[in-house]
Amino acid sequence: MASKLPKPPLEHSASGAGAAASEAHAAPPKGILRWLLTTNHKEIGSLYLIFSLIMFFIGGIFALVVRLELFQPGLQFVDPEFFNQMTTMHGLIMVFAAVMPAFTGLANWMIPLQIGAPDMALPRLNNFSFWLLPVAFILLLSTLLMPGGGPNFGWTFYAPLSTTYAPPSTTFFILAMHIAGISSILGAINIIATILNMRAPGMRMMDMPLFVWTWLITAFLLIAVMPVLAGVITMMLLDINFGTSFFDAAGGGDPVLFQHLFWFFGHPEVYIMILPAFGIVSAIIPTFARKPLFGYASMVYATASIAILSFLVWAHHMFVVGLPLVAELFFMYTTMLIAVPTGVKVFNWITTLFQGSITFETPMLFALAFVVLFTIGGFSGLMLAIAPADFQYHDTYFVVAHFHYVLVPGAIFSIMAGVYYWLPKWTGHYPSETLGRWHFWLSVIGVNLTFFPMHFSGLAGMPRRIPDYALQFADFNLVSSLGAFLFGLSQLLFVVVIVKCVRGGEKAPAKAWEGAEDLEWSVPSPAPLHTFETPPHVTPQPHP
Amino acid sequence: MSRRLAWLSGSGVMGLSAQAQASGWNMPVGVTDISAEIYSLHMTIFWICVVIGLVVFGVMFYSLFRYRRSRHPEAANFHENTTVEVIWTTLPLLILVGMAVPATATLKKMYDTSDAELDVMVTGQQWRWRYEYLGEEVAFTSNMSTPRAQIRGEEPFGEHYLLEVDRPLVLPINRKVRFLFTADDVIHSWWVPDFAVKQDTIPGFVNENWVRINEPGIYRGQCAELCGMDHGFMPIVVHALEEDEFDAWLAERRDEAAEEALGVDRDWALEELMARGEEVYGAICASCHQVEGQGMLPTFPALAGNERLIDDLAWHSDTVINGVSGTAMPAFRSTLNPVELAAVLTYTRNAWGNDTGDTVQPAQIAEQLAR
Ligand code: HEC
Ligand SMILES: [Cu+2]
Repeated sequence: MASKLPKPPLEHSASGAGAAASEAHAAPPKGILRWLLTTNHKEIGSLYLIFSLIMFFIGGIFALVVRLELFQPGLQFVDPEFFNQMTTMHGLIMVFAAVMPAFTGLANWMIPLQIGAPDMALPRLNNFSFWLLPVAFILLLSTLLMPGGGPNFGWTFYAPLSTTYAPPSTTFFILAMHIAGISSILGAINIIATILNMRAPGMRMMDMPLFVWTWLITAFLLIAVMPVLAGVITMMLLDINFGTSFFDAAGGGDPVLFQHLFWFFGHPEVYIMILPAFGIVSAIIPTFARKPLFGYASMVYATASIAILSFLVWAHHMFVVGLPLVAELFFMYTTMLIAVPTGVKVFNWITTLFQGSITFETPMLFALAFVVLFTIGGFSGLMLAIAPADFQYHDTYFVVAHFHYVLVPGAIFSIMAGVYYWLPKWTGHYPSETLGRWHFWLSVIGVNLTFFPMHFSGLAGMPRRIPDYALQFADFNLVSSLGAFLFGLSQLLFVVVIVKCVRGGEKAPAKAWEGAEDLEWSVPSPAPLHTFETPPHVTPQPHP
Repeated sequence: MSRRLAWLSGSGVMGLSAQAQASGWNMPVGVTDISAEIYSLHMTIFWICVVIGLVVFGVMFYSLFRYRRSRHPEAANFHENTTVEVIWTTLPLLILVGMAVPATATLKKMYDTSDAELDVMVTGQQWRWRYEYLGEEVAFTSNMSTPRAQIRGEEPFGEHYLLEVDRPLVLPINRKVRFLFTADDVIHSWWVPDFAVKQDTIPGFVNENWVRINEPGIYRGQCAELCGMDHGFMPIVVHALEEDEFDAWLAERRDEAAEEALGVDRDWALEELMARGEEVYGAICASCHQVEGQGMLPTFPALAGNERLIDDLAWHSDTVINGVSGTAMPAFRSTLNPVELAAVLTYTRNAWGNDTGDTVQPAQIAEQLAR
């Protein structure tokens, strides 16, 4: 998204809801300072989204290095040491710098608009939360250039590989993660404060759009688990630099403790990356089915139950570390239980489609692909929950297939769906439908070519995180690599669509999509810099 | 999935010829009762998913087709139905309970390591496996035997590229074998798909699992937990022998170990030590210090032309015997025997132009170890 977005306030103040109020604002500083100092939720939202897009490409390039090396058996392009840095950085960047900031960006833009608030509750904090991110990730990326290289222990950074045996740059990695974690916590606090305090008069909790609901719950998850991450990396820091032995068995520590702590953070973290996606899809499907969302209340309850269960399943990532039998059973049962509320969501979306009046604009295409492909990821998740079978699946490409299905055509498709859906609101123009379709179909084909064969290579016995593999896995890997390049290249189309849409295109009215109902569609397109300075009137009604 | 086994005459397990790895697209049924049970759990949950998927996606695609706008311009307006919501909450719950019951039963069996007839200690090391037959005085390390030249593409790939080792683990069929898993450095994970045994090896801790193999054969697996640079190059090969053959093999290894112990007492010639040392170096040290001793900076120092090594024998042998704590350089005091230690020290002191002319005798090392 170009830096034109959104236009400086003065151009738009006349059309905005708060023409009088915006005169009170001093003219914003020009140029780079404007972006450094902005406290406007829309500008900060755009910053988050642009940052996330850039990081999506950097993380994507790392993934393509991995896929290039895995194109054929043998080592052709990189050595194993660098390969490990690439898998690690790909994971870290995609999770912490691409997916999470993208959702935060959407939250910044859309939550105030969807609840009729003039801005986020804590605008200066909002600015600070964003600007921590470039600092954190430039620091993280710079470790690649340090002697001994960057993090090479996987995005899960299990000790003692990440402590006693880690490259010297690990201390910088820890600092970077601390900074990113602070950013997430502050962002979450801001979102909670906004949602709880700044809803338009008359809007009850059960009137909020689901995107707001899912983000509210996500924000609580963030506040609960980011400190655990901070704790565990601090223990690493002490082990590395101050002679403690939290995770070093030679000093009486326990390497498995690391995994418990990591996954106590890490499992809720995966829901942090999917709950907002549920919210986006729950906005888009009713819009293009022209029919109210089926089971609004059950959607809210299902989201909340998933969030609560997410604290009780962490050790399903650790079925082969030698847990006692009762622990295995407990975590198997709780994990299987998560399938129930997740299933409810899928059934609700599909029932929303039933007897609707459906059209297939680009946002809808992405949302529908989300439903199908996320469900496939859910199925493999259910298989992984079966603890005895997990002794075979664990740490193979089957797991890689599973979590990429929930994260790429899951989380990332939902973000793309959201971007196509809200671009008219942000820019005042519709994104190109033709290019959008090309982008969609190439992405769907690319994603499935990349990740579907991984189910097979995993079942056939290929461990994850290896730079070279036995010959029986060659065909699967070849297809995966071709798919990855197709997927990666087709994302350039996404950039083209966005840039074109910012520059111009078919003008969008306030209500850009015929079936759209939420509050954001009551303000003009593009949304003026300041909206809802006088709160809108929300007539309490049972949410459709 | 019939497993055929071709025998070549010869000594011990090396007589076993290659045997095709169960390959294809799906999890192997494997060669133990547990692996077969796990396979059937896997297929059951898979078919459950397929059926649910067909129904769900069926309704979805029917709706997309039937209720597209051109055919259905007026959308209905319903948005709630308690009955269906109750049904689609409880039905999956019942299916899950149905699935949890057999899974629980299998898991219980997997956890029952009692009454084993043989105990094997499996130790993960960067980047090899060490096997110790507890109470039998037999122990050895098992390294990948695929030449690096194949990996670099300078030679054509062998049939068992990356899944072959110098010394395989040998186990009897029809006996309950208990594994005790641990590691010397980082966490590894010992995985043989045909046994459905995958267990993390954790430094400082001991995990257990067990196997009772039903059919003789060669079974291959890999380290499954990222363990550093050569994680992809620490394969596992298990030769499962008929019981009497296994007993013979074990006796032979026991004799060999006894013979090797005798080797400590005699004087070794330089050439003998060099030959033995080259083997040990290639199997153990080359993964870090590289074949030509050139190392890989900044992490792995060069041994070729290493001044300190050439000048200071005491420091050199101490480094190899005791390792360098806090770095990747392992202590070899318990992994290598005195003969092997003496040989590898001699080799590194004379190979690649280090030419010190020193021989390090096994007796010297034995004495140093005793201190
Ligand atoms: C897992 C990787 C690894 C293996 C295997 C390994 N080394 Fe090392 N070695 C290292 C590292 C790392 C160092 C540097 C330690 C330090 O920082 O002081 C080192 C240091 C040494 C040194 C001291 C060199 C110097 O200049 O400081 C010697 C001698 C040595 N190793 C010999 C061996 C021998 C002989 C073997 C095989 C029996 C072996 N190493 C196997 C990783 C390894
Ligand atoms: Cu390993």
